[in-house]
Amino acid sequence: MNAFSEYFRDLAERSPRWDFIWLYDGSAADRILSGLWVTIQLSVICVIASLVIGFAGSMLQTSRYRVARLFVSGYLQIFRNTPPLVQLLFFYFALGQFTPSYSPDGWTQVPLISNVGWAAIALSLFGAAFNVEIFRSGLEAVPNSTIEAADALGMSRWLIFSEVQFPLALRVCLPALSSNLINLVKTTSQAFAIAVPELLYQSASLWNDHPATQNPTMLMLLVVYVGLVGLLSLGLRFMERRMRVPGYGV
Amino acid sequence: MWSPNQPIVAMKNVMKSYGDFDVLKGISMDIMKGEVVCIIGPSGSGKSTLIRCINGLNDIQKGSITVEGQEVHDPKLDKRLLRRKVGMVFQQYNLFPHKTALQNIIMAPVKVLKEPRADVEARARALLKKVRLEGKENSYPGELSGGQQQRVAIARSLAMRPDIMLFDEVTAALDPETVKEVLVTIKELAADGMTCILVTHEMGFAKEVADKVYFTDRGLIVEEGHPSEIFSNPKDPRTKAFLSQVL
Repeated sequence: MNAFSEYFRDLAERSPRWDFIWLYDGSAADRILSGLWVTIQLSVICVIASLVIGFAGSMLQTSRYRVARLFVSGYLQIFRNTPPLVQLLFFYFALGQFTPSYSPDGWTQVPLISNVGWAAIALSLFGAAFNVEIFRSGLEAVPNSTIEAADALGMSRWLIFSEVQFPLALRVCLPALSSNLINLVKTTSQAFAIAVPELLYQSASLWNDHPATQNPTMLMLLVVYVGLVGLLSLGLRFMERRMRVPGYGV
Repeated sequence: MWSPNQPIVAMKNVMKSYGDFDVLKGISMDIMKGEVVCIIGPSGSGKSTLIRCINGLNDIQKGSITVEGQEVHDPKLDKRLLRRKVGMVFQQYNLFPHKTALQNIIMAPVKVLKEPRADVEARARALLKKVRLEGKENSYPGELSGGQQQRVAIARSLAMRPDIMLFDEVTAALDPETVKEVLVTIKELAADGMTCILVTHEMGFAKEVADKVYFTDRGLIVEEGHPSEIFSNPKDPRTKAFLSQVL
C-alpha cells in the first residue's frame, strides 16, 4: 500500500465525514470509474445522435411535404416543452411496457431496449429538439444573395448546400450548439432516475453504502463534471477558432 | 440551331409581374455576340429584373428569351447548363466569405465543370492578375475593399469561361474612388470581345463603352440606340427628363 492511499485511509479513521474511499479501496474506485465510463459513453452517443437527428430535423423542417413539417414541429413542441426527467421516466416506464422482450436463456425475459438504451434514446431526442432550431437559425442566417451567387455559377443544390450554405451556417450556430451540447452532457446525470449506472448513480449508491464518503464523493462529482464539460467546451472552442474567417463577422 | 450571326440573346415581348404589379410589360431586344449593352433608367423600372431573367434567376410569365438559340424558360432546360454560359456579377459582390479570393474563383470550375484543379488554379491566378489583384490570392473577402471584392467576383465569373457576362449595378455599392478600378476591368473585358450586358447608373461609362444603350421606364423600353444618339439627342421626353437629372 503506498503512502498516498495510506494517508486517505488514515484520514477516514480520524475524521469520519471525510472518507475518500475511492482513493484507497479498489472496489469503490471501480464503481466510480465504471460510472464515469457509462457517463462518457452516454454523453458521446447522445451528442452524436442529437447532432444527426437535429440536422435531419432541420432538413425536414423545410421539406415541401406538409406532413414532414408538421411532424417536426410536433416533435419540437413535445421535447422542448417538457422536462428531460419527465421524458426519461415516460420513455422507460410508459413506452418500455410496450417494447417487445426476448429470452436469452429460455427462463428470463429481457426487454429489447434496456434502461441504458432508453436513456440514450430519450436524451438524444431531447438534445436534438434544440439542435433542430439551432441548425435552422444558422441556415436562415446565410444571406439569400450568397446562395444566389452560387446558383448563378451553375452549382447544384447539393453543392450549394455543402460548399456554401452549411459551412456558413455552422459558423453562425456553433456558439449556440456548444451550449446545448454542454447542457446535454450535464443532463445525462438525470438518467440516474431510471437506474442507468452512470456516474451520479454509482456515486449515490456508494454513499448509501458508506455514508462517511458522501462529502468527498459529492466534491468529486463536481470536479469530474467540470472536467468533463470543460473538455467538451475546450474542443468546441478550438473548432470555433479553427473555422474563424478573417474579416467575417461571426 | 444557333449560329454566331444570330443574336446571342434574343428577347421577345417578355412580360413579368409580381402579383398585380407588372414589372416587365413586353420587352424585346436582340444582342449580338461581342456587343456591350447598357440598360439605363430610373430605379424601379425593371432593369435588374430584366437582366436576372436572362440566366433564369427570375422567371417570366409571357414571351421568350433565348440564349444561343436555347429557350431559357423552357421547363425542361437544366438551368445549371445555361448558367455555365452566362456569368453574373452582383451589386453586393456576393463572394463566399469563408473562402479566400483564390478559392472563390476555383470552386465552380472544379466542382461544377470538374476541371483539373491545377489547371483551374493557374487560370485563377492569371485572372487575378488580369483584374490587378496579384498577391491577394489568400485574402478573405472580409479583408478586401468593396472594389477589390467586386473584381474577385468578376474573376470568379470569368473562371467559368462564360460566353456572356451580366453586370447588375456592379458599381452601385462602391466608394467613388473604387468605381473606376471596376469599370476599367469591365472595359478591358469588353475590348477582349466578351458579350456584356450591364444594368448601370454610370452614364459616362455607358457613353464610352456601350455599343447600344436601352433606356427603360416602368417596364418598357422607351428608347434604344447608339450611346451617341441617346445621350446627345434623346427623342422621348422621359429619356430627356431622366438624362437631365443624372448627367
